[in-house]
Amino acid sequence: MPDFSRVWDVLVIGGGNAALCAAVTARQAGCSVLLIESAPKAFRGGNSRHTRNMRTMHPEPTSVLTEAYLEDEYWDDLLRVTGGQTDEHLARMTIRLTTDALRFMEASGVRFQPSLSGTLSLSRTNAFFLGGGKALVNAYFALAERLGIDILYDTEAVDLKMDDGFVREVAITHRGFPETVRAKTVVASSGGFQADLDWLEKGWGPAARNFLIRGTPYAKGVVLRNLLDQGVASVGDPTQCHAVAIDGRAPKFDGGIATRLDCVPFSIVVNKDGERFYDEGEDVWPKRYAIWGRLVAQQPDQVGYAIIDAKSEKLFMPSVFPAIKADTVGELAVKLGLDPAKVEATVAEFNAACVPGEFNSTRLDGCRTEGLTPPKTHWARPITEAPFIGYPLRPGITFTYLGVKVDENARVRMDDGRPSANLFASGEIMAGSILGKGYLAGFGMAIGSVFGRIAGREAAKNARN
Amino acid sequence: MRETEATADARRALEVCNACRYCEGFCAVFPAMTLRREFTSGDLSYLANLCHNCRGCYYSCQYAPPHPWNINVPQVLAQVRAETYEEYAWPGPLAGLFKRNGTIVSLAMIAGIALALILTMALVDPSILYTPQQGPGAFYRVIPWWLMVTLAGGTSLFAVLALVMGFRNFWRDTGGRADELRPGRPLAVALHDILTLKNLGGGGGGCNDVDEGFSQVRRRFHHFMFYGFLLCFASTTSATFYDHFLGHEAPYPFLSLPVQLGFWGGVGMVIGTAGLIWTKIVSDPAPAARNLLGSDYALLVLLLMAAATGLLLLGLRDTGAMGVLLAVHLGVIFTLFAVIPYSKMVHGVYRSAALFRHALERRPTPPPGNKPSDRALGSAA
Repeated sequence: MPDFSRVWDVLVIGGGNAALCAAVTARQAGCSVLLIESAPKAFRGGNSRHTRNMRTMHPEPTSVLTEAYLEDEYWDDLLRVTGGQTDEHLARMTIRLTTDALRFMEASGVRFQPSLSGTLSLSRTNAFFLGGGKALVNAYFALAERLGIDILYDTEAVDLKMDDGFVREVAITHRGFPETVRAKTVVASSGGFQADLDWLEKGWGPAARNFLIRGTPYAKGVVLRNLLDQGVASVGDPTQCHAVAIDGRAPKFDGGIATRLDCVPFSIVVNKDGERFYDEGEDVWPKRYAIWGRLVAQQPDQVGYAIIDAKSEKLFMPSVFPAIKADTVGELAVKLGLDPAKVEATVAEFNAACVPGEFNSTRLDGCRTEGLTPPKTHWARPITEAPFIGYPLRPGITFTYLGVKVDENARVRMDDGRPSANLFASGEIMAGSILGKGYLAGFGMAIGSVFGRIAGREAAKNARN
Repeated sequence: MRETEATADARRALEVCNACRYCEGFCAVFPAMTLRREFTSGDLSYLANLCHNCRGCYYSCQYAPPHPWNINVPQVLAQVRAETYEEYAWPGPLAGLFKRNGTIVSLAMIAGIALALILTMALVDPSILYTPQQGPGAFYRVIPWWLMVTLAGGTSLFAVLALVMGFRNFWRDTGGRADELRPGRPLAVALHDILTLKNLGGGGGGCNDVDEGFSQVRRRFHHFMFYGFLLCFASTTSATFYDHFLGHEAPYPFLSLPVQLGFWGGVGMVIGTAGLIWTKIVSDPAPAARNLLGSDYALLVLLLMAAATGLLLLGLRDTGAMGVLLAVHLGVIFTLFAVIPYSKMVHGVYRSAALFRHALERRPTPPPGNKPSDRALGSAA
């Protein structure tokens, strides 16, 4: 049992990448640091556990990154996915600092590898963690222990007691028992609220009950809610979340990358009434996978069914769940729990509308339908060859956009625009400041690493004054 | 390879791995896995023997227990690997020796030592066992030369035959063809991977030998043991050469080639086996297949005994203890040769074969455009 009567220089709330970067940086600056992680040790690391790379600016090839990826190109990529819902100053600063963050990570024991198979297009822009995000989290925790950071698992911050922008003390539960922690400075790196279905329901209505959460069940936004209720300024759309279509058989939480399903462009997707609802072949999957979470979420019961035939079976990454197969379309519909007559009619109508063309899975091939609503504009081939294959789809929530507002020193702002005296934030809890919409692969880790280090540095400075 | 509970578990685990692939940089298993979408039992046998049990994937796994999917790749592949030893054992009826293998190997060693002592006493004057014997032919006064050669030669020839047959069974079952077994670049790559234990490097920076931290201790201890063993083998070979062609009878002086090779080889084997036993004792049991530890320990102890009794014999060969030590040492060596095809030792054959298969498999680059679609933007936040 730790001595809760002492005063730490820095309290870090959270156990993911951003929290660890902040804790390590503050400790290396000479501060006493307590890190509290709400999850048990086995599930430590928040959503960082499920990540696998960091988008990194680099002027020349590095050990794992090819060619060069410069600030302007990085910024353009970000601008495109966010549609302008970003802060150029903070974003460009983050981008520039990723280069140094990568060095810090390597020095901290994080190991990297060349980009994974099937992700060659990322070998220039994203540095992959050897073994993925859990290996990264393990490396940081091992370093934190060596540095003498106090670490408490199963320990959740429940109330940051703020007076006029100053955190006086923090009420926590430690293995279920209430305690109070006092620290000169506090860094909140406790993630978003995507695991709180009640909260999601406020934005999405009852449909949210059918959402699957791709990551940690511990990101309930307790600290976020607590801060917003006390007059901390917010950023980001409170109702929005990043949702992708994943295999409908995924577990409620923590299904991670293995539940991804990349078959949509080669399929037709029907809802529970057996009807198509969107152009499956609008663009290549990497550019469209993020809208399908939302599309499925808008369907009755928040479920969709992707249907392909034998021709397309090998064109996409296998999902972790076995394909549902049948010898006829009707039989497949029955296995999927759909009305066979309706699905047969939808498939027949689609097949009749397919215009002959030269199919090519690797580019926009123009194989399309004619006179069909909604149309399918690429990769449209008649579904005719047994076995017929189906996958259920459901919305999988990756993260939420609502967060606390910070300045370039990671210092939290209050509603009236004044800075907090001793509260800093890093990671998902403040990412909405930079990423207001959409997603760019490996950018969450970039924000977490960069702002984690800034928060740690500034918190240390603050604690000494 | 027959279908069992272990192959079913391994297939399920690898299907999860194949949809994740975060571990691709650790070792050969994952790149080999991604070449497949479905896993036949032969594939599982191949992948299980390709696995060096470095445990990097266990500590990195987001689906490791207590996650409900309960993915423990090192453990489940170890179970399959143990079953492949049974599956490919030759002659078939002896496959049962791989069940409770730790007990059997341990009993074999005890029986080997006892038999050597009893035979010695029965065949030569028991007093020779307790009186110092020196000068050329001293060893053969304790155990006759013809007996040594018959036992050692007979058991080792049989061991080689059994291992070759096991290799053949493995090669066929994992889809290999006879015409692939020829020299060339894949064989050179495989030999490099075998002799450097590249796959115990964790993709650079080490493996999880003991816990979440990275180290190279298992690799180094294995090198001590393996190269020590080779030196001891070279020692025996050179001694045979001295005896047959140069007419020098053992024992040889300390600075002679056979004794120098044997001495340093023995030291290496003691360091290596003791180190590996220590690593097993202190390592995190979670990714280990506990029911198989007995087999591991039994072989390590047998190898340690072989080296330690050899060194002891060298140190005390001029005293009255020589006779008993020689009998014990030769009993252990005889046991080692006898149990090689029916102990953990076979892993060397199947792992080498799997590395060769992997080198063959990697050679042709798959045609572009035929790969599963890119997951470019697929990373979670």
